[in-house]
Amino acid sequence: MIAGVASGLARHLGVPVLAVRIALVVLLGFNGLGLLLYAAFWAVLPQQAPTGDTPPRRDLAMLLPFAAIGIGVVLLQSLAFGDGPAGTVGWLIAVIAVGAGVIWHQSDPSRRGHWADNASQTPWLAAVVAESDRRSFLFRFIGGGVLVAVGIIGVVAIYSPTRGGLTSVFNGVIFALVGLLGVGVVVAPLLWRTFSQLRTEREARIREQERAELAAMIHDQVLHTLALIQRNSTDIKEVQRLARGQERSLRNWLYKPAASPTEKFAAALEQAAAEVEDTYAITVETVVVGDTECDDRVAALVAAAREALVNAARHAGVDTVSLYAEVEADELSVFVRDRGAGFEMAGVEESRHGVRGSIIGRMKRHGGRADIRSAPGDGTEVRLTLPASREGVTAGKETAR
Amino acid sequence: MTDPTPESAQPRRLAVFLVDDHAMFRAGVRAELGAHVEVVGEASSVAEAITRIAATQPDVVLLDVHMPDGGGRAVLEAMRRSHPQVKFLALSVSDAAEDVIGLIRAGARGYVTKTISPDELAAAIRRVAEGDAVFSPRLAGFVLDAFAARPDVPIADPELDQLTNREREVLRLLARGYAYKEIAKELYISIKTVETHVSNVLRKLQMSNRYELSRWAADRRLV
Repeated sequence: MIAGVASGLARHLGVPVLAVRIALVVLLGFNGLGLLLYAAFWAVLPQQAPTGDTPPRRDLAMLLPFAAIGIGVVLLQSLAFGDGPAGTVGWLIAVIAVGAGVIWHQSDPSRRGHWADNASQTPWLAAVVAESDRRSFLFRFIGGGVLVAVGIIGVVAIYSPTRGGLTSVFNGVIFALVGLLGVGVVVAPLLWRTFSQLRTEREARIREQERAELAAMIHDQVLHTLALIQRNSTDIKEVQRLARGQERSLRNWLYKPAASPTEKFAAALEQAAAEVEDTYAITVETVVVGDTECDDRVAALVAAAREALVNAARHAGVDTVSLYAEVEADELSVFVRDRGAGFEMAGVEESRHGVRGSIIGRMKRHGGRADIRSAPGDGTEVRLTLPASREGVTAGKETAR
Repeated sequence: MTDPTPESAQPRRLAVFLVDDHAMFRAGVRAELGAHVEVVGEASSVAEAITRIAATQPDVVLLDVHMPDGGGRAVLEAMRRSHPQVKFLALSVSDAAEDVIGLIRAGARGYVTKTISPDELAAAIRRVAEGDAVFSPRLAGFVLDAFAARPDVPIADPELDQLTNREREVLRLLARGYAYKEIAKELYISIKTVETHVSNVLRKLQMSNRYELSRWAADRRLV
């Protein structure tokens, strides 16, 4: 009921909890043996792993009958045998046991396992220096230590041959404190050094991880691409495509937070541009201002933009195509511009299914508009606009990527 | 603007100085630009750049962002007070917002990425030398984003912390890949007006204390 020892014992022995409790309380009478046992069991027995259900609140009222029985037994015992020093010693030993238990419990196996990461040989040291719950540890450590010290001093005071009373006890305490202080002075630098060592170790580990990630990236991508470039060195188009693809992936890796193309407008556009770059070995200069969530309509806009990019890549005959997109409060707009061959709108439009179906038609279906401006020799610009959807617009929230 | 006029060259060629810690890249740029401008010197480190720029007095310095010992920003800070006539154009592989914004706020007149074509780079150098600003599409995008109208951002100084509609239009077209000439045509304004708008945006970018700008700078401990 206090630390759950009785119920644990009962479960272990297969006897009712009540019987164990009564037995312990009765044993109290014999030089505080019950308390001693209780403390000893608590200190030594393995802690049960917490089960999912929360334990019922400890009811202090339930303790009362046991306390009454305990006091009765103790009184009876002291009447019968007289209050000798032995009884007091029993109590003091119980206090020592409780203190030790407090300290020992601090390093129960699950926690010790956690500390083992930090310092394998000296779990208690690691516990002191571990940054997490160091304070609670210190608190319990000191509390337990005080209990142990009080117990020991008491025992010593009772059995000390000089029987000098309180003064000698105080002297003992002062000596002990001085001794502890000395130990502290000796140990403190060690603790500090271990602490900082652990910290540098942790930092080094993080750095090591980063380096490993970088090495993996360079190995998987850059070296691979360089090898491919050497093998394809006669094919200019292929070399350009490889170099551009690698540049893009390095740039993304260096400068951009990862965003999912299925969720974000800018990421979706960039992915579409990347695909076109890869397929047609051109450069798409992508500038996106603002960002918004993706939905069906935005996806359609991206698909139309992609189609416009593909058209430019296939027909314009240029190396670079500009893609500009802007998210405004009331409208999304995308511009795809090239300085390539251009074409006569009236002349070719009928035969170019891509333009009619995939761009103009698609934009109309989703409530948007597509304008195409082109003249032979003067390049082409496709302008796509889509009224903003009701929600999800975060105009200019993200930085231009 | 300023005309140091080197004695020899009849049709005056711009004196350009390269600062980059990659020798290969310097050689590449030198070869590419040779037809357009005069490359008067190179430096591979911050200290070297500071002494040699002071010695050669170029019109335009092409400045790499990432170098040991403080990068392009350190060069800018050392030179800007003592040599205000030297224009800096940042040239970097980095597309990160902090780099771009940080360099501009330190005083660079423009920012282009190393993937720029030689002709475009030469045009950008000329524009910077004439005192205009050069924004790559990506930089235009950053600026639009940083100056986006947001209800939660207090505007301390409307003159500096907000873009005019016209400036926004110009930046949008820049981000769409339009050249100045094309922007002028699209908006029915002169090229000079486009340049004025871009220069104004540059000034705002350098002076404004908008939260996003300070944040980008602070992320790199630049302010």
